[in-house]
Amino acid sequence: MSDETLTDERPVPEQIDDVVIRFAGDSGDGMQLAGTQFTASSAMFGNDLATLPNFPAEIRAPQGTIGGVSSFQVHIADWDILTPGDSPDCLVAMNPAALKANLSDLVKGGLLIVNTDAFDERNLAKAGYDTNPLDNDALDAYQVLGAPMEMLTKEAVKDSGVKGRATLRSKNFFALGLMSWIYTRPIEPVLDWVDKKFGTDTPVGKANVMALKAGYNYGITTEAFHHTYTIQPAPLPAGEYTNVVGNTATAWGLIAGAEQAKLPLFIGSYPITPATTILEELARNKNFGVKSFQAEDEIAGIGTALGAAFAGRLAITTTSGPGLALKSETLSLAMIMELPMVVVDVQRGGPSTGLPTKVEQSDLLFAMYGRHGESPLPIISTSTPSDAFEVAFEAVRIAVTYMTPVILMTDGYIATSSEPWRLPDVSALPDISRPFASIQDGEEFLPYVRDPETLARPWAIPGQAGMEHRLGGLEKDATTGNVSYDPDNHESMLHTRARKIEALGKSLPEVEIFGEGSDLVVLGWGSTYGAIRTAVTRVQKTGRKVAHVHLRYINPLPSNLGAVLSSFDNVLVPEINLGQLSRIVRAEYLIDTHSFNRVLGQPMRAREIETKIYELLDQEVSS
Amino acid sequence: MTDTARYTRSDFQTDQEVRWCPGCGDYTILAAVQSFLATLDVDREKHVFVSGIGCSSRFPYYMNTYGLHTVHGRAPAIATGIATANPELTVWVITGDGDGLSIGGNHLIHALRRNVNLNIIMFNNQIYGLTKGQYSPTSEVGKRTKTSPMGSIDRPFNPVSLALGSEASFVARTIDMDRNHTIEMLDAMFKHEGAGLLEIYQNCNVFNDKAFLDLTDKNSRDSNRIWIRDGEPITFGADNEYGVVVDGEGARVVEVAKAGHRNIHVHDAGAPNPAIAFALSRLSYGPYGPTPLGIFRNVDVPSYGHEMENQIAEAQAAKGPGEMAKLIRSRGTWIVD
Repeated sequence: MSDETLTDERPVPEQIDDVVIRFAGDSGDGMQLAGTQFTASSAMFGNDLATLPNFPAEIRAPQGTIGGVSSFQVHIADWDILTPGDSPDCLVAMNPAALKANLSDLVKGGLLIVNTDAFDERNLAKAGYDTNPLDNDALDAYQVLGAPMEMLTKEAVKDSGVKGRATLRSKNFFALGLMSWIYTRPIEPVLDWVDKKFGTDTPVGKANVMALKAGYNYGITTEAFHHTYTIQPAPLPAGEYTNVVGNTATAWGLIAGAEQAKLPLFIGSYPITPATTILEELARNKNFGVKSFQAEDEIAGIGTALGAAFAGRLAITTTSGPGLALKSETLSLAMIMELPMVVVDVQRGGPSTGLPTKVEQSDLLFAMYGRHGESPLPIISTSTPSDAFEVAFEAVRIAVTYMTPVILMTDGYIATSSEPWRLPDVSALPDISRPFASIQDGEEFLPYVRDPETLARPWAIPGQAGMEHRLGGLEKDATTGNVSYDPDNHESMLHTRARKIEALGKSLPEVEIFGEGSDLVVLGWGSTYGAIRTAVTRVQKTGRKVAHVHLRYINPLPSNLGAVLSSFDNVLVPEINLGQLSRIVRAEYLIDTHSFNRVLGQPMRAREIETKIYELLDQEVSS
Repeated sequence: MTDTARYTRSDFQTDQEVRWCPGCGDYTILAAVQSFLATLDVDREKHVFVSGIGCSSRFPYYMNTYGLHTVHGRAPAIATGIATANPELTVWVITGDGDGLSIGGNHLIHALRRNVNLNIIMFNNQIYGLTKGQYSPTSEVGKRTKTSPMGSIDRPFNPVSLALGSEASFVARTIDMDRNHTIEMLDAMFKHEGAGLLEIYQNCNVFNDKAFLDLTDKNSRDSNRIWIRDGEPITFGADNEYGVVVDGEGARVVEVAKAGHRNIHVHDAGAPNPAIAFALSRLSYGPYGPTPLGIFRNVDVPSYGHEMENQIAEAQAAKGPGEMAKLIRSRGTWIVD
């Protein structure tokens, strides 16, 4: 049956603007792959999209349990969307645990596709169900469509060469095929992918193709699935697109930065979730001259990067919260040595090991102040997966131009989620190189004499004759860089290093205000961008006035931010922490803010922010 | 400028006042290093000295080369970055027993196993000097210091044994009082490709004076310094009356006359298996009684920096030099009209 061409005897599908689909199953069920492939097909089809993977910290949590549930949510639309969606319209539940863990998120009346084979006594018990929810009224609020996916998959792949229990591994492809039918997705991109990954002649390749087609055909032949949907391509700006994951965009931005700074890239990092894939992406691009060093620990990660910076390379280290803490001491050294470096902090749930695979924005104050002594550093943040490319490039520019370590903040949501990215013209990227130091014959090299505008010191590297010099952690003389215990010199150097950050501030763009009025501005940073912009847009559409300001630069803050915020009666700051940007803004401008904090290990939801906006606007009206 | 002796010792001195305690063993090591570098045909600007924290770690400030005085214990990691970023440099790590074996032990063992092109000089004075006299990871059991008033109960490291256990390809030991031997060891380590560790017994005359007396006192030194030299039988004593034999039990000191000269172990620093070098390192538990000095191990292993450059060359040969425009299209693209 697998070889016959699919005949698409499709009843006219219902046209919808957008849909949020969540694939959920046991972490061994291949839901991340099913979701990724569904996304790829939708991208090729021309939809706008945003994704949200969600998986347990354990590689193999106990099978069938709530703790072992892994899911992948994708939002596809015929319009420009900014978030993976608050609540799924369709949930695919491959077992009872996946149903239990995700059902409360499914919109009432939503489509629920279940693998009925997995609803046996054992799995029901593991998920904590006393009775089978498929047999009672527990799911009455939803449109439930069941399919015995395991039996059907086993049967479909029996001639593939895959034997025994391994046949069940292809059930994610069955689900993918069925979903492709229901949402009118092309399956050709999936077939191409299987061919590339496994080859269509291998048993595994054959089994996956057979299961995919079986799932699709099951939709065709089973009347229950005859209500299908389609989502038209989105009117995206013309151009060439790729679907990019945040960590990949970060790695590419760093490589582009190195190219345009005309410096070979050196990354010293220690594997840590969710930052590791940046190191992996850089390691596979050695043909750019990238030297990737997997260090013995986080400290050696930044240590080797510092050494590489002294040697005249573009130094990168990547980490997440716990690792940033370990790097802190060396980061202060890099700061006082005034060597360029980019430290990427992919934030995750904390404190301590916390929620390592989930999102949080709770390292902000640590990035700002988590160093000993007076140790200010530029901090820059990304707001979407594709934004990471531009921001990583900008981090490199700042590091090299100002001779300073830069902290680049992303988070676990940006790191693992994806969106269509209109490819930039990379040949038009600016030259951000800065020449190494040079001296005239007989001239004394003074490593701490600064550029009057940027306050950057000269960068002389080992191998350059006549400029041999020593850098260290001890306080330095303001010109020679030699050890100095002079009290006035010390105080003056503290001010000078702080002024360098201020000098950077003068060169940065002002913040833009999205929206108008003076009642309320929503101030955000990082990955809450999509949720805030969606919420603000929805409120604006009702005719009410609300504005959005989103920060890329956090230290220094944009020069007009104080004035902008002061021009509004209310400042709402949604954050996935307990109010860290709020605290900074209050301290900096002596203005009050309304903190809105949700720290669930999940991206902020547009609906929650929308509710908060109405609450504040209505208060304003009644007061 | 001539091919030989391009430099003199003063070319490697800085205008910074050397601030170690008068009589400190660090002075003799500084002089030995400066004198040795002056004999090399290596551009001064290609030397980089990297240190951590401790008395000896002030060393880079006194060397007129490139240098970094860094974070406690982290010098091997930072130096790894320098040597890997640019394998053409000659990178020296200056560390002590506290810096290198306590807070920085992890970086030391990993730099050694990777065979990063580093010359690591470990000043071992068996005490914390900069913090004024606390026991260190090489202090002997029972050592009474301010933080061990009843005697230390810590079992010490033997730095040579540790380095050999860390897959080091070059391991040697010398003593600060013997300038010629120090220079001989520096030269051998410099010529060796990859990571080298040179332990120097260094006297702290303020907080741990005479720790190495067995090896320095006129009356005892001849019978306690076991010189080990590649290809030579290991004998020592004023009249070479003592020797070392190696058997299934390990290495031990014997009287040559009793054991027979043909049974005396002939040292092979280039032996691929480090087991016998390790056995030799166990002849003494510290600088007490007969203690081996010299090169324990010196084998050829490709250095990390060059291996990494080879991989880059390989990747470029296979894929061509990196092109941004290609990279951002590597995950598949589609066109929107």
